[in-house]
Amino acid sequence: MTLLDIHEPGETPVPHARDDVAVGIDLGTTNSLVAYSSQTSPEVLRSGRDGASLVPSVVAYLDDARPLVGVDARNQLLENPDRVVSSIKRLMGRGAGDLKTLAGTLPYQIAEDPDGGDGANKSDRMVRLKVAGRTLTPVEISATILDHLRERAEQALGKVVTRAVVTVPAYFDDAARTATRDAARIAGLEVLRLVNEPTAAALAYGLDKKAEGTYAVYDLGGGTFDISILRMHMGVFQVVATGGDAALGGDDFDHVIAEKFLAERKLKHGAESLSSEEVKLALATARLAKECLTDQDSGEWHVEVGGVTTQHVLSQSELEAAIAPLVERTMEICRATLADADVTAKDLAGVVLVGGSTRVPLVRSQVAALFQCEPLSDINPEEVVALGAALQAEALTQGSDMLLLDVTPLSLGIETMGGLIEKVVPRNTAIPVARGQEFTTYQDGQTAMAIHVVQGEREMVDQNRSLARFELTGIPPMVAGAARILVTYSVDADGLLTVSAREETTGTEQEVSVKPSYGIDEDELATMLRDSMVHAREDMTERLLVEARVEAERALLALDSALAVDGDLLEKKERDNIETGVAVVRQAMQGDDRDPINEAVEALDEAVHHFAEQRMDRGIRDALTGVTVDQLDENMKEPT
Amino acid sequence: MNDSQSSDGSASAREATETACWSCDGTVDVRALFCHTCGKIQPCRPTDHFTRLGLKPQFELDPDELERQYIGFQRRFHPDRFATAPATEKTHSLQHATALNEAYAVLGSSQSRALHLLEVHNPELKNDASTTIDDPELLILVMEMREALASAETAGQIAEVIDAATEAIEECQSGLTKAFAADELDLAQSLAARLSYLDKISDEARLKARSHLN
Repeated sequence: MTLLDIHEPGETPVPHARDDVAVGIDLGTTNSLVAYSSQTSPEVLRSGRDGASLVPSVVAYLDDARPLVGVDARNQLLENPDRVVSSIKRLMGRGAGDLKTLAGTLPYQIAEDPDGGDGANKSDRMVRLKVAGRTLTPVEISATILDHLRERAEQALGKVVTRAVVTVPAYFDDAARTATRDAARIAGLEVLRLVNEPTAAALAYGLDKKAEGTYAVYDLGGGTFDISILRMHMGVFQVVATGGDAALGGDDFDHVIAEKFLAERKLKHGAESLSSEEVKLALATARLAKECLTDQDSGEWHVEVGGVTTQHVLSQSELEAAIAPLVERTMEICRATLADADVTAKDLAGVVLVGGSTRVPLVRSQVAALFQCEPLSDINPEEVVALGAALQAEALTQGSDMLLLDVTPLSLGIETMGGLIEKVVPRNTAIPVARGQEFTTYQDGQTAMAIHVVQGEREMVDQNRSLARFELTGIPPMVAGAARILVTYSVDADGLLTVSAREETTGTEQEVSVKPSYGIDEDELATMLRDSMVHAREDMTERLLVEARVEAERALLALDSALAVDGDLLEKKERDNIETGVAVVRQAMQGDDRDPINEAVEALDEAVHHFAEQRMDRGIRDALTGVTVDQLDENMKEPT
Repeated sequence: MNDSQSSDGSASAREATETACWSCDGTVDVRALFCHTCGKIQPCRPTDHFTRLGLKPQFELDPDELERQYIGFQRRFHPDRFATAPATEKTHSLQHATALNEAYAVLGSSQSRALHLLEVHNPELKNDASTTIDDPELLILVMEMREALASAETAGQIAEVIDAATEAIEECQSGLTKAFAADELDLAQSLAARLSYLDKISDEARLKARSHLN
């Protein structure tokens, strides 16, 4: 576009529309956000339709159409509860055994395991959901949400988005982290870094509010709880200790309230069995009640099961009594984490609130009491994580002096004789880390050794999460105890684990390296990636249309400002030509086809060619007016 | 694992002092962290933890200096600095950052710092000696402290055990400073073993104090 090539002296050229940018994404249990930062001022990207920053993490599958995401999906809950999936983050990397029922019914339809897996392995395998006739993994459903966020960012920024910093709860285990990274891959996003949510929040406070000293970040979201203790000093963010519960959040408050309502029904109507749709609606009602009671003393809600509606009154104090044990559980974790960090509340410069559930008054008052100070919420607790992620995305792609040093949330160990666990990497170890442990054979002539990788704090294998099992083979036959097998655990800066094993005495370089899987194998993932490529082509068409519109809009804006300054250069005929060209572009922009838009812009470009030349002449003339020869060289060096 | 590598590393460092940069093939010092021709990050080579963090190999250590050196090196080598770099540079950065974390952790505790320093002085030395107590005086001290901890019931009694352990640890640390300064490695080794036991009791006492609080 000719007009765009001319810039007033000192004016920065408009960045090219096809530059790809990196964004920060907070993929939440209840709500998700996408944010972008340039020049360390992060901004949440809002919906072009209603300006909302939060995208409800809800997906609705209607017939053959593309799945709906966000508010549109949530609006389907009343009419099509069987086609709506929410709180999918709770199932990331989880097995069927981890799911939480309401009155014995799950708010999901679980697909049967096609392998019929035996009892022990069944819970290790990530659960599959049946939604509107499809079988979907939580990874695919999360990918759909991420895809929506990517689109929102592209529309808001008018640029292609291919890279992102994605946040995860600090207490997410390896399976859930890997599942999140894979979901992003399916959504066409390269994950620059997985950042822990409380750490991202601290980043936003440290860079934006210039917070310095040791802080606690209390992050209670929809489905997860994290507490991190960080030292923040001169752009260094060093996590000292972290703790949490990956299955404790605002959703659990909803569960308690819904259970209370159902118990009241039971007194009147006797035992009932609920469908999973009724469970979803009861939970939605409970959530509404919880939200209303944030600034309301009491209220009345309706629950419908089997066509019979009942009324339930709930007051704020009753709500607080019901959720008190859950809040107390987070306080216990805080106390333990403070002890891990070897600090007391008095040593802290402050405590930061993160997550929508910190709006619950009881949570705020308990946090204030435990940490003996008024908690900080200057940055919106629901947006702060995405803002921090955007800052990190900018730092990673544009360069920065900031340094983020995080730790492993859970101990990584190996199963030894008798189902006991030997810890290889203890919790709160700074990452990246690599630690080795030596083992030996226990039978004469043993040529293979089974290695079972587990994550968690308990002493026995079956109380922890199993991450991977593999076998080191090709050990040369020796007497028991003579072989020296070095097992190495490496955790990278994303908190992801790789395990390798090697027999050392004989120099036999038998090495096995595994990345723990979470129940989706490489083949399945490859299929998902292929499928997403098909969609990506459809998406690409849409993306090119968006780009064409953005380019056209930009050309019109440039023309407008050029006309405002130098319009007097134009003769009537030429001006008419340009105005016709503008009208054609505007009309093409209304359509859904990018070619007419591009053609109209090109035609307009042609029409303004002479005008642009005249402007250039005038620009040079103006630049030279009253300029001495000495100054001329200076002027010519100005980037234009 | 770094422990076994460090001995090989110092040996090879004596053999060759220069090598070729993996990226531009220019000559670089084996100790160089970045190529002085093309500026690319060099592979993480085995060395002792003191050298890694640019510190003198001595027992006495200012915690602030340790912190400063660690942060300074991580600012240059952390994988976040190489997030958009090609795979080879990412791998080198990951290995550097891992080694820096290890060095920071080992030098941060006086007990593991003492053991590491003994190893730097004598690479053949294996620190298996610390598994058995052959010092009768230490044996008695440890047994007495264990009994005191086992019978401690009040927070005050537990605190007394912690104080006694802390005092013995501090005494041990100043002994180590002197022993290393005078190059009395046998003495340093027995003090390091002593420190291991005292650290363990101190940790157990703190754990008991914590569960007592809850």
